Amino acid sequence: MTAALKSELRKLLSTRLWWILLGVMVVYLVFIGVVMAFSLTIETPDGTRMMGGVDAAVAVYSSTNAIGYVFPLLLGTLAFTAEHRHRTIEQTLLVEPNRDVLLASKTTATLLLGLVFGVVAVLSIVAGGAPLLVWQGDGAYLTDPDVVAVLLLSVAVMAVWAVLGVVLGALVTNQVVAIVAVLAFTQFVEPIARLALGAVDALSGVAQVLPGAAADAVVGASAFGAFGDDGDMLPRWGGILVMLAYVVVLGVVARLTTLRRDVR
Amino acid sequence: MVSAPPITVERLTKRFGAVTAVDDLTFTVEPGRVTGFLGPNGSGKTTTLRMVTGLARPTAGRALVGGRPYADHPHPARLVGTSLEAAFHPGRSALNHLRVYAPQVGVDDRRCHELLELVGLAPYAKRRVGGFSLGMRQRLGLATALLGDPQVVILDEPANGLDPQGIVWMRSLLRAFAAEGRTVLVSSHVLGEVQHTVDDVVVIARGRLVHASPLGDLTRLAEPETFVRAADAGRLDALVAERGWHAEGEAGGVLLRGVTADEVGAGAFAAGVELRQLTDRVVDLENVFLRLTADQEVPR
Repeated sequence: MTAALKSELRKLLSTRLWWILLGVMVVYLVFIGVVMAFSLTIETPDGTRMMGGVDAAVAVYSSTNAIGYVFPLLLGTLAFTAEHRHRTIEQTLLVEPNRDVLLASKTTATLLLGLVFGVVAVLSIVAGGAPLLVWQGDGAYLTDPDVVAVLLLSVAVMAVWAVLGVVLGALVTNQVVAIVAVLAFTQFVEPIARLALGAVDALSGVAQVLPGAAADAVVGASAFGAFGDDGDMLPRWGGILVMLAYVVVLGVVARLTTLRRDVR
Repeated sequence: MVSAPPITVERLTKRFGAVTAVDDLTFTVEPGRVTGFLGPNGSGKTTTLRMVTGLARPTAGRALVGGRPYADHPHPARLVGTSLEAAFHPGRSALNHLRVYAPQVGVDDRRCHELLELVGLAPYAKRRVGGFSLGMRQRLGLATALLGDPQVVILDEPANGLDPQGIVWMRSLLRAFAAEGRTVLVSSHVLGEVQHTVDDVVVIARGRLVHASPLGDLTRLAEPETFVRAADAGRLDALVAERGWHAEGEAGGVLLRGVTADEVGAGAFAAGVELRQLTDRVVDLENVFLRLTADQEVPR
C-alpha cells in the first residue's frame, strides 16, 4: 500500500495539471474574496450594510467551499479518468493487480493533495477578503472561533471534494463525459435544483442532501445563505455524513462495476 | 543463470458476447528460450497476453506464470516484465513515467536512469512523452517492462515502429535474455520479423492453436524449392516432364517446387543430364506461416 500510494502521488505531481488547477483556483478565489468582501461591506445609500461583524467574515471565508470546490473535484476526477484516457490503466494494473489497493491508494493520494488545495484555497480567500473586511467592515475576525471553524472545515471539505472526484472518475471512465458531468452538475444543475427544491417546503429535504448543500452544512455557511435565499441546512454532522455517503456509495459502485471489468 | 518460471496456458478461452476471441488454447513457454507468439491481426494474441498478465479474465481455462495466476504473485511486475500497447500520459516525462511505476516494482531512481540508458533514451529523460516518435515510445515501453529485471519477459509486437538498427538491437537483447535463462514471449503478426530471434513458435489463427514447435520443425513444413540449370535445356524439360515435377521458367533455368536438390541431382544423374547449376532455395517460412493461418479461414 505504501508503494502504491507513492506511485499515485508521483502520478499526480508529475504532470502539469495539479499546479494549473491550483494556480487558476488561487486567482479565482482571491478575486472572489475581494468581490464578496466588497459587496457585503459597502454601504448602501441609506447608510446600511448587508452584513457586519463576524457574520460578514464568515460569509466571505466560506465562499471557498461554495465556489472553489470545483477545482479539487476536477483534480480527483481527472486523476482517475486520465488513466483510461491515456490507457495507462493497463500498466497501472500490471504493477498493482489488486484493484482494492489501486482505488484506496488513488483516493488517499488525492486526499492528501486535496488538503493542500484546501489550505491554499483558504489562504487565497483570506488574502482577497480580509483586507477589505478590515478596511470597510468591522475587522477580519481571523481568531474568532466561528471563523477558525469555517476555515479549518473548508480545508477538510475541499479534500473530501477531491476524493469525491476520484470515485466519480473511477465510475465514469470516459474523461470527457466525467468533466462535462462535473461542470454541468456543479455549475448548473445543483444551483438550480437547490433554489427550486428549496422553494417547495415538501422538497427542501431533498435540497439539503445535494452534495453542495451538504458541504455548505459542514462549513456552516454558504454563498446562498449570504444572500438570504437559502433553505434550511443540515446540522454540521449531518453534512459530514451525507458527503461521506456520496464517497462511499460512488466508490462501492465503481469498485463493483467499472473496476471489476477487464480493462480494454 | 536465473531459474525462470515457465508460462503455461491451459485450455484458455475468452468470449466477448458471441465472438470467441481465444478458443481452447493450450501451450507452454519454456525458460531459456525465446518463444514467438504468431498469428494474423485479430487472431487473439493480445487477448491471450492480457489474460496471462491478469488484465482480462478468462471465460474458461487458465494462464499461469510459474504455476500461479499473474495477480496471485506478491509483486508480479518484479517477476514478469510486460509491454503491451505502449501507452503513456503525454504530459509526463520519460523519467517520470518510469518513476511512477518504480515503487511497486521496488526499484529506485537510479534504476530508472539505468533503463533509459539501456534503451537509448537517456538524452530525452526530461522530455514529455507526448513528443516522442513511435520508436521512442516502443523503447520506453520496453524500459518499463524491464524495470524490475524480470525473469519472465512478455512483449506484444515489440518490433513495431523500430528502425532496422532498433530491430537488430532488440533481437540481441532478447537472445541475451534467453541465454541468461529467462522466459521470453514475443508476439508478432509477421514471422519474418522474429524468424531470426525465436527458438520456438506458437502459431494461432482465429483464437485457436494451429502449430507449436521449435522453429526448426516449422522449417520442415516448408515446401522445398530447387533451382536448376542444364547444359541442354530440352533434355532437362524432358526429365521434368517424365518425373512430373512442377517447374517454372526462371532466368536461364527452371525453378522446381516440392523437390529437394538431392532428388533433382539424383534424377539428372540417372537420366544422364548434364547440370550446370543445382541450388537449394532458402525456405520461405512466411509461406508456411500463411498456409498455417489460412487453413483456419474455413468456417468451423
